[in-house]
Amino acid sequence: MSVNITSYLLVALILFCVGLYGALTKRNAVIVLLSIELMLNAVNINLVAFAKYGLFPAVTGQIFTLFTMTVAAAEVAVGLAILIALYRNKETVNVDEMDSMKR
Amino acid sequence: MTGEFLAFFILSLLTIGGAVFMISFTRVVHMVISLGITFISIAGLFVLLGAEFVGVAQVLVYSGAISILMLFGIMLTKHNASDEGTGRSWKNIFSLVFVAGLFGLMFWGIQKTVWTAPPEGAAAQTASVKQLGVEIFTKYVIPFELVSVLLLVALVGAIIMAKKEGDSE
Repeated sequence: MSVNITSYLLVALILFCVGLYGALTKRNAVIVLLSIELMLNAVNINLVAFAKYGLFPAVTGQIFTLFTMTVAAAEVAVGLAILIALYRNKETVNVDEMDSMKR
Repeated sequence: MTGEFLAFFILSLLTIGGAVFMISFTRVVHMVISLGITFISIAGLFVLLGAEFVGVAQVLVYSGAISILMLFGIMLTKHNASDEGTGRSWKNIFSLVFVAGLFGLMFWGIQKTVWTAPPEGAAAQTASVKQLGVEIFTKYVIPFELVSVLLLVALVGAIIMAKKEGDSE
């Protein structure tokens, strides 16, 4: 048994689905952010796998993975800042109670 | 059963196990720790794919920075919060059906596609950190600089948003 691209794609698919389920069902906003990070990581695995096993192997996939990581880090910093500002005003991290724009 | 397959099996088992434990735990801190295991295992998968620099960056950024930042986020909001999922069960069931449908569709697509193998020897010349650096600083230098501007903007924006309101200094 050898490792081919399908194995990596399946691992990334399972990770993406778990992350999507967590982002849809969890109520704590920190965990929702973390699930989104998991989905981004699944996409990174796909990019690096295609950089090695794709029809035209190139280093471009790894470069895009580095850019994705940078954007994810920026997203986490801003997301947590919003979360802390929201917690200071509303005393909650529950996403079901963050509905002040609906009322 | 080669060594590469064994390493891939163990790493993917740890990766998926960490993610599934993240879903099933109820304490928030336990969720972050189990996702840390997932991030480290993904770094191992990157090394297995011949992307050493990306693997090291994964350990630095995800396992180091993002997990700790998430722990800080938990400490600053609720210390021992627990998350039992949504109270409404119909939303859980609908999400499960949606995700299962997506999984089935993508699984079918992956299995059905014929993946053409790259020509022999083509992969060997792409797997070096030196070539990664040369590509970033020649072909992708403008996106690289834009990313540094994005990081600066995110830093300033995070500080301004997290600051106490009415704090004028």
